[in-house]
Amino acid sequence: MSVWNMNNEPEISRRSLLEGTGAVAAVTVLGADIGEAGGEEAEHVTVTLTVNGHTRSVAIDPRTSLLDLLRDRLALTGAKKGCDHGQCGACTVHLDGRRVVSCLTPAVQTDGRAVTTIEGLAGPGGELHPMQQAFIDHDALQCGYCTPGQIMAAVACVQEGHANSPEQIREYMSGNICRCGAYVGIVAAIQDAAARMRRT
Amino acid sequence: MQPFSYTRARTAEDAVRAVAGGGQGARFIAGGTTLYDLMKLNVETPDRVIDISRLKDLDRIETGGRGELVFGALARMSDVAAHPQIVAEYPAISESLWRAASQQLRNMATLGGNLLQRTRCAYFRGGEPFACNKRKPGSGCAAQGGIDRGHALLGGSDACIAVYPGDMAIALVAFDARIDVLGPDGARTIAVEELHREPGATPNVETTLRPGELILRIRVPRTAIGRASTYHKIRDRESYAFALASAAVALDMDGETVRQARIAIGGLATRPWRARAAEQFLAGKTLTPRTTREAGDTALEGAKPGHNNAFRIELGARTVADALMIARQRA
Repeated sequence: MSVWNMNNEPEISRRSLLEGTGAVAAVTVLGADIGEAGGEEAEHVTVTLTVNGHTRSVAIDPRTSLLDLLRDRLALTGAKKGCDHGQCGACTVHLDGRRVVSCLTPAVQTDGRAVTTIEGLAGPGGELHPMQQAFIDHDALQCGYCTPGQIMAAVACVQEGHANSPEQIREYMSGNICRCGAYVGIVAAIQDAAARMRRT
Repeated sequence: MQPFSYTRARTAEDAVRAVAGGGQGARFIAGGTTLYDLMKLNVETPDRVIDISRLKDLDRIETGGRGELVFGALARMSDVAAHPQIVAEYPAISESLWRAASQQLRNMATLGGNLLQRTRCAYFRGGEPFACNKRKPGSGCAAQGGIDRGHALLGGSDACIAVYPGDMAIALVAFDARIDVLGPDGARTIAVEELHREPGATPNVETTLRPGELILRIRVPRTAIGRASTYHKIRDRESYAFALASAAVALDMDGETVRQARIAIGGLATRPWRARAAEQFLAGKTLTPRTTREAGDTALEGAKPGHNNAFRIELGARTVADALMIARQRA
């Protein structure tokens, strides 16, 4: 369970936030002398990761996906659950600066790593990222459900250097499905934002 | 998803020991894009998962060696696809990687895991009530008599016609690549062509890897034939789909005459399929629409159609022919 604090960031209840209290077995590391209480396998593991610049420690069932961790435990519901099988791209986030599908990322593997979600894209004063603004300017959505994933994928697409032509954008954005069919606006928005991102 | 215990391996030796000692229910996990997906479907139900994603030095892409290129098994598909030397010297390998999956998945998936990607057969993935000898030995094969539009025309058996879905392995087989593996009994090196099995009577046994064996690296022999190569992939849509038919082709030309051709086909067989008869047919010939198509037909020799997939015999032959003409332009 979580509540929102004054900075409009999720605040984690004590129940879900465990800061190395030792109440839960740590990740077992083979061949290492840490972790593992009483020689038993961990039923829950504590992961500590950075989300949008904030460090979070959460005790999780190892089955938990990064998407479920973000949505259900950290109240970051921007990343969307579409197919939950890596086929639609609605859950796209950045992991250590690279785009991934969070539904197929076991949260336990993100220990010690940095995640950026759509909630972390705007500037400190709330000013929109050029890609967010371009999606508005080009009407690059209808229902909006795929949009957070589209925008996170699009930012990475530009940063990778894969937004140099409409054809290349279409190829490198093919992992993000829009069932409303806003693709023409999406390609236009990315071309526009790419030019602005290169200038800054 | 079934509960499982999670352990992070610090060395390859520790990982191998843990999986070999963990019996049938232990699995390695790296990128997770196949295993974790199948765990969500309850098709994979490991009780013990050994995380190898942080093993040291296994993500290297070494292109400086005189005799071969060496890719660590944990190198990401996207990184190998974009490596300038691989783009220039082995376009077929680069294309086989960037024409697979999406950039998100390529940022996650490792080369070792990609080699071992499991079939996309809907009856395998669908679980109960569908019969599947690969998922549940002895239960039958729902694809035979079912919707087999995407199923294998080559290398199938009465027990299974599931297609090997990977792309990179097709290119690697064309280049005679090998893999280093580490197991409980030590290390060995095997040809990628020897890695995948045809289903026969035991489709549940997909590779020649022994229990607990872990792929450490991929070795691609250095060859000038790499430059004039392509991975041509035909899909239901232009991007982000599995192959209906694909061909990895490389050419060594003496003027207008083929000195040597390499041809492997994907999307059509139960395993990566090297088409040696087609290669031999082309040696000494000039590439024309007729000879390339004949090479394509030779590559598809022995194809056995089911109910809905016969069109992919001609599609496969044309894919090989087109791939040869693309590679010709790079020679």
